[in-house]
Amino acid sequence: MRQDHIISAKQLSRSDIEEVLDRAADIAADPGAFADRHDDALLGLLFFEPSTRTKMSFTAAMKRLGGEVVDMGTVESSSVKKGESLADTVRVVEGYADALVLRHPSEGSAKMASDYVDVPLINAGDGAGQHPTQTLLDLYTIRENAGFDDLKIGIMGDLKYGRTVHSLAHALTEFDARQHFVSPESLELPRSVRYDLHEAGADVREHTSLEPVLSELDVLYVTRIQAERFPDESEYREVAGEYQIDAGTLADAKDDLTVMHPLPRVDEIDHEIDATEHAKYFQQAHNGVPVRMAILDMVLEGER
Amino acid sequence: MTDRKLRVSKIENGTVIDHITGGQALNVLAILGIDGTEGETVSVVMNVPSDQLGHKDIVKVEGRELSEEELDVLSLIAPAASINIVRDFDVVEKKHVNHPDRVVGVLQCPNHNCITTEDEPVESAFTVLDDGVRCEYCDTIIREDLPAHILAN
Ligand SMILES: [Zn+2]
Repeated sequence: MRQDHIISAKQLSRSDIEEVLDRAADIAADPGAFADRHDDALLGLLFFEPSTRTKMSFTAAMKRLGGEVVDMGTVESSSVKKGESLADTVRVVEGYADALVLRHPSEGSAKMASDYVDVPLINAGDGAGQHPTQTLLDLYTIRENAGFDDLKIGIMGDLKYGRTVHSLAHALTEFDARQHFVSPESLELPRSVRYDLHEAGADVREHTSLEPVLSELDVLYVTRIQAERFPDESEYREVAGEYQIDAGTLADAKDDLTVMHPLPRVDEIDHEIDATEHAKYFQQAHNGVPVRMAILDMVLEGER
Repeated sequence: MTDRKLRVSKIENGTVIDHITGGQALNVLAILGIDGTEGETVSVVMNVPSDQLGHKDIVKVEGRELSEEELDVLSLIAPAASINIVRDFDVVEKKHVNHPDRVVGVLQCPNHNCITTEDEPVESAFTVLDDGVRCEYCDTIIREDLPAHILAN
């Protein structure tokens, strides 16, 4: 894989994805072998909106490769507050680090920023847009648990605003997967995503209820439905309640169904599922470290 | 367009855009960034009966030869447009608009959360699809009413 920047999962072919997942698997199998790999490298963290978890995961990944991080800190404490443009900020900060990680509230911010820097830039979320490292750790978790051959995956919840969903759905078109989308009508896939899936010739079905498809699924990817998407609290409770799962819901599922969630969850997956073999969402979160190590290793390697 | 009508307001040097979709002439000028402030003579004829289009508009711009790129952008709102480049009252070149692959700096992204709508050094860029355009930064697709999204000059 020769990628200078990691902006969108859309830029990644199947072989690119498999290269990252293979590298991540090598790292997970023998982390010690990678411990000094980038001991001279600095990673710049630019988080324009709070995402403690993603930041910790990147920090852990960089440190486990022997490197260090420099952190812009919060927006309140930086020159951004004084009105500096993003384009200027990244041009200054690229001088401090060997690679940059950017999280920003505007869609397309990472793509624009990457045009202004020579060091590799990794998109850690641009508004409702892309979050490619999340997609790669999702794919890693799917491969580990269910594999990609003849995969039947259900993706449920907020499909309209959920960026992890858009990115994952797009990446899955590179594989032999049937995707079932389950959501209330008001939160179904946006047309730009439908367009892409259609163009890619993806095997896609849409449903308003999980029940008719549950028994065929190898993976169920659950996302959170947020109260602010609804005009009032009672409507939210009524609708969201239909997309929550508990042990009873999964009675009809395959024994080896893998349940995933990008976390944090609120009440869409009942805690009683945590103790079952289905629950893989914590493993999924932990996979963020080897997958991000693999990505950092690859982009920093290209810098040498 | 008949010769008789062309003669009505012949221009000496410049560009005549004919067969514009009826009612789109002002949007054509907006896309081309022509607002009259440069002092050039601009004639606009709207809703002329046309065998081909039902009704068509015609725009004549004196003293300016529009570039290939400028004209291609027209295909978004006036796909049937034909262009005559005029020098010394003679049509020296006839062109048709091509369907461009992308348009840069012409349309405003309707997504208010898109980086191209913010105070950053970035021009809007849209990929042209069969039935609309798509923002290269945030993926938003515009299918209806493209003229409403033309960037104010
Ligand atoms: Zn946009």
